[in-house]
Amino acid sequence: MLEGVENPAYDEVVEIKIDGGKSKKGRVVQIFGDKVAIQVFEGTDELSLHNTITKFTGRPMEIKLSEEILGRVFDGIGRPIDGMGEIYAECRRDINGKAINPVSRIYPRNFIQTGISAIDGLATLIRGQKLPIFSGNGLPHDQLAAQLVRQASLGGGATEGFAVVFAAMGVKYDVADFFRRTFEESGAIERVAMFLNLANDPVVERLATPRAALTAAEYLAYEKGMHILVILTDMTSYAEALREISSSRGEIPSRKGYPGYLYSELASLFERAGIVRNGKGSVTQIPILTMPNDDITHPVPDLTGYITEGQIVLERSVNQKGVYPPINILPSLSRLMKDGIGKGYTREDHPDLANQIFSSYAHVSDIRALASVIGEDELSDIDKRYIQFGSLLETHFINQNKYENRGISQTIQLGWDILGVLPRSELDRIATDTLDKYYHPMTMSDF
Amino acid sequence: MKDEFGVIYGINGPILSVSGYDGYKMSEMVLIGEEGLIGEVIGIEAEKSTIQVFEDTSGLRPGAPVFSTGGQLSVSLGPGMIGNIFDGIQRPLKSIEKDSGVFISRGVHVDSLDMDRKWSLQTLASEGDQAFPGMVIAQVKETESIICRIMIPPDIRGVIKSIVPDGSYTLRDAIAVVEVSASAAQEFEPLPDSPSKFELKEIRMVQKWPIRVPRPVDKRKIVDRPLITGQRIIDTLFPIGKGGMAAIPGGFGTGKTMTQHQLAKWSDADIIVYIGCGERGNEMTEVLEDFSELKDPRTKRALMDRTILIANTSNMPVAAREASIYTGIAIAEFYRDMGYHVAIMADSTSRWAEALRELSGRLEEMPAEEGFPAYLASRLSSFYERAGSVTTLSGADASVTIIGAVSPQGADFSEPVTQNTKRFVRVFWALDRSLAYARHFPAIQWLTSYSEYLDDMEEWYRDNVGSDFLAHRQSILKILYEESELMEIVKLIGSDVLPDSQRLTLEMARVIRLGFVQQNAYHMFDTYVPFAKQLKMMEIILHLNETCWKLVKLGISMNVLKSEDIFERVIAIKYNVGNDDLDKLEGYISDIDDFYGRLYEKNA
Repeated sequence: MLEGVENPAYDEVVEIKIDGGKSKKGRVVQIFGDKVAIQVFEGTDELSLHNTITKFTGRPMEIKLSEEILGRVFDGIGRPIDGMGEIYAECRRDINGKAINPVSRIYPRNFIQTGISAIDGLATLIRGQKLPIFSGNGLPHDQLAAQLVRQASLGGGATEGFAVVFAAMGVKYDVADFFRRTFEESGAIERVAMFLNLANDPVVERLATPRAALTAAEYLAYEKGMHILVILTDMTSYAEALREISSSRGEIPSRKGYPGYLYSELASLFERAGIVRNGKGSVTQIPILTMPNDDITHPVPDLTGYITEGQIVLERSVNQKGVYPPINILPSLSRLMKDGIGKGYTREDHPDLANQIFSSYAHVSDIRALASVIGEDELSDIDKRYIQFGSLLETHFINQNKYENRGISQTIQLGWDILGVLPRSELDRIATDTLDKYYHPMTMSDF
Repeated sequence: MKDEFGVIYGINGPILSVSGYDGYKMSEMVLIGEEGLIGEVIGIEAEKSTIQVFEDTSGLRPGAPVFSTGGQLSVSLGPGMIGNIFDGIQRPLKSIEKDSGVFISRGVHVDSLDMDRKWSLQTLASEGDQAFPGMVIAQVKETESIICRIMIPPDIRGVIKSIVPDGSYTLRDAIAVVEVSASAAQEFEPLPDSPSKFELKEIRMVQKWPIRVPRPVDKRKIVDRPLITGQRIIDTLFPIGKGGMAAIPGGFGTGKTMTQHQLAKWSDADIIVYIGCGERGNEMTEVLEDFSELKDPRTKRALMDRTILIANTSNMPVAAREASIYTGIAIAEFYRDMGYHVAIMADSTSRWAEALRELSGRLEEMPAEEGFPAYLASRLSSFYERAGSVTTLSGADASVTIIGAVSPQGADFSEPVTQNTKRFVRVFWALDRSLAYARHFPAIQWLTSYSEYLDDMEEWYRDNVGSDFLAHRQSILKILYEESELMEIVKLIGSDVLPDSQRLTLEMARVIRLGFVQQNAYHMFDTYVPFAKQLKMMEIILHLNETCWKLVKLGISMNVLKSEDIFERVIAIKYNVGNDDLDKLEGYISDIDDFYGRLYEKNA
C-alpha cells in the first residue's frame, strides 16, 4: 500500500528499488484516491517502510518477444534465466492479452493424431482446442503430457511450423527437469520456450506465468504462423496462488476460500486457445491440473471443466491396475471431437464406434458392481462377456507403452476387435450397415 | 451533456468510485475517460458514486473524467438485428472486428444497427390516424423469413400528423410525426426522455429502450400451447409452452449447450435470441457457422434468418456479462411486441449469477449463500418473469419463452443458483452425469425432470393431437419409473432371476430408453422429429408392450419373446423410418400383430 502517489494507472507495472540496489517488479491492483495497492512479483522480502523507492513505469506488464524465444528458458515473468543473455526484442506485448472476437474465430476441425488410443479413439484432440488433463498427485500426467508432445507432431518428422510453449506454475524442480530432458531427448528443445515458476518461487509471480507463456504462444501462432502446443502445469497451484493473494487483500471468498472471480480468471487463460481468421497458426492448450484429494467436484477442476472443451480424466484405480495411461474413459470427453472425426477426417465408422464403446463400458461398471455382490460365477452368459469386454478394453485398448505410437486406423481396428467379444445384438449404437461392414466376432483367446 | 462529469477516485477491477459530481442517476449510462469506455451507475452516495465498467479498466487513472449521458443503459431496437451477433451491450461484433481486428480493443464506438442501410418501407397508417403505443404504422422485410413491424413506442400516444410514402429509408430518417396528447405520459412510468404535453414527436424505424425495464404489454395470458421442439423427450414427456420458462441444469459435459443448440435450431418459435453468457468463444463460432448453413424445417430458410446472437464469452468483461442477459430479453420483447413468438436461450445463467457475485464482492457487500449476494433470487425472478404469453399493446398474440441453462458448481443441484432458479421456472430438465457418461443424449433424467404446463395445455393436446396423448405419455413414464425401481433389485441379484413380467418391464424400458428417449442430434433425420412421428412411435411401443403382456400372461417366457428381433426393430425405427414416410410406421403395427400370432400358435 502506497500513499501520496500522483496519477497512477490501474494495472501498471512499478519498479521497486530496495536500498538503492536490488530491484523488484510489482503491479497496481487497486487505487483509492492517492493510495495504491501494489502486488510485488518477487516476494516482499527485505521490503520495509523506509528502504524502498518506487518508480511507476506507466505501462502494463509486458514481455519481449521474437522468434528467438524458442529454445530458451525464462522465469515466471518472462526474463531469461538460462544464462544466454537478453532477448533481442522484435516487439513487446502486454501479457494480459485481449479477448478474441468470436466472429474472428475459425471453428477448430483438424484432428491431431496423438498415437494414444484412448485419446485418438475416444476423446480426440483437435487443433485449436483446450483439453485439460485432470489428474491426481502421484499419477503419471507428466509422462502422458510428454508422450503427447512427443507424438502429436514431433514424431513423423513434420516439425516445420510446430513449437511448444511450456509454462510451469509452482511445480517441483524435478518435474520441470523431467520435461526439459524429454524435450532434449526427442530433439525438440530447439522448438520449445519454457516459462518456469517453480514451487519455491514467489507466489505472485505465478499469476503472471501462464499469461506470459500464452502471450508468447499467441505471438508465435498468429504473427509467425506456427502451430503451438501450450502445456500449462499445474493449474491447481495457479488457483491456489490466486486464493493466497485474494485473501491477503481481504477479499470476500466464495467456495472453498477461492475468490469469486476464479472462473473469470481461468477463462481469461483458457479462452486464449483457438484459431483466428487470417492468421495461419493455432494455439492448442493442454493444461494439467491435480485434483485435490482426487475430487472432480473441487472448484478448480469443476470451473475448468466448464470452460475447457472437454477433459481427460486420470484415475487412481485404473493406475493401480497397471494400466498406462490410466485414463478413465467415461468422464473423459472431447467436445470438439464430433466435428473432427468421421468421414473425411478419420474414418466413417469412428463416431459410432466411440459411442458404442462408451455405452458398453458404462454397462460394464454396473455388471462389475453386481458381480461384487453375487460373484462372477453367477453372472449370466452375456454379463460375463461384458466383463471380458471391460478388461480387454482396459488391458489392450487403453493400455499402451509410453513409446508406442498407434495410427488412427490401428486404434479403430483394435476397437472393433474388442467389441467383437460382445454379441452383435448388444451393439445398439451402431448403424446396421456399419455393423455389416466392420463387425466380426472375437473371443478372449484371440487376444 | 459533456460538461457534466465527475472524476475517478478509486479503481478496483471493473468497479470505479467517482467523486466531484452528484448529478448521476441510478442505472445511468456513463462514458469514462478520453477513450469513452462504457459504464453504468450502480450506487450513489453524497460524496462518491459507484460505477461498473463494461470494458477492461487497465490503464485508467484517478482524475480521469466520467461523463454523464443522462440516459439509462439502452438498446437500439429496429430492423437489422436479425442474423447479427452482438456483445453484451449490443455492439455488433462484426463492426468491432472491422474497427479493431481479431482482438477486441477498448473504447470501440460503433452503432448497434447499421444506420446507413436503406430499407424498403411499406407504410400501413395514414395521416390523421390515432396513434397508440405499440401500433404498427409501417413494415420492412428484415430477412427472408421475418418482417420487422415499425411500432409507435410505448410512451407515445396521439395523432399522426404526417407519415412518409412507401419507399426506401435509413434508420436516421423520420418516417412519421405524431402530435402527442396529454394523457400519454401518465399512462406508463415516465422514461427519461419522455415527451412533454402536446409535443410533436418524430418516429423513426429505430427506438431506444432501457434494458432493465420490461416493455409493457396489454395483458398476460395463460400458456396454452406447446413450443414444438422436435426433441422427443421434451415434446412428449416434459413439454414447454410458448411463453413458458425452463431451466436446464447440468454439470460440465452433460450436454447443456448441445440441448440449447438443438432447441435453437428446431423449435417452432418465429425468432430465436441466443445469449452466450460467459461461455466458450468456439461455441459461438460454431452457432454462427452452423446456423448459416442449416435450414429451418418449416420455412426452408437459413436458420440465421431468424436468429440473433449475443456473445459475451467468458474472457470478455464481467460487467457486460451481467448486462448481456437484459440486452437479450429487451430485444426479445421488442419482437414479441410485433406479434412474434420469441424464444430466448440463455447459456448460462450461472455465469450471469457469478458475474453478480463478482461485482458484489468488489462492492464489499455482505454475502449470503456461497458468496452470492442476497438479491440473487430477486434478480433471477425478475428475469424469468419477463417471459410470458401475452396480448400485445396492438392486440396481437405473442410470447417470449425463456430457456436458461444452469451450470451448478460440482454438478450439485442444491447450490443457490439451481435452487433459486427452480423456484421460478415451471419446466425443469435435469441433465444427468451418468447418462452422459454412457453417451445417452439428450441426458435429461426422466425421474427428476418435470413440466408444470401439461394441465394448462391439455385442451390444445386434445384438439390438435388426440385425446389419448396424455394417457400414452403417462404409460411411457410409468414403465420408466417401474424400471428404476426394479433396477434396485437387479443391482443386488441380477436380472435373470426376476419373473417374466418384470423382465418384460425391463425390456420395454430398454426399448423406450434406446428407441424413444434417446435421440441422435447428428443423425440426418433423427435430429428433428415431427410431432406426428413422435406420437406414432409412442403408439407402436405401447402396442408392443400390450402384445407382450398378453403373451407373458399366457405363460410364454421372456427368452422366447426375445428370440424374435421385434424389439431391436422397434428400437431402430428412429433411424429406419424417415420423417416424411410415416406410412411405413403402420407396417410396424402389423408386424407386431404377426409376431403375436406366430408365438401364440407355436406356444399356446
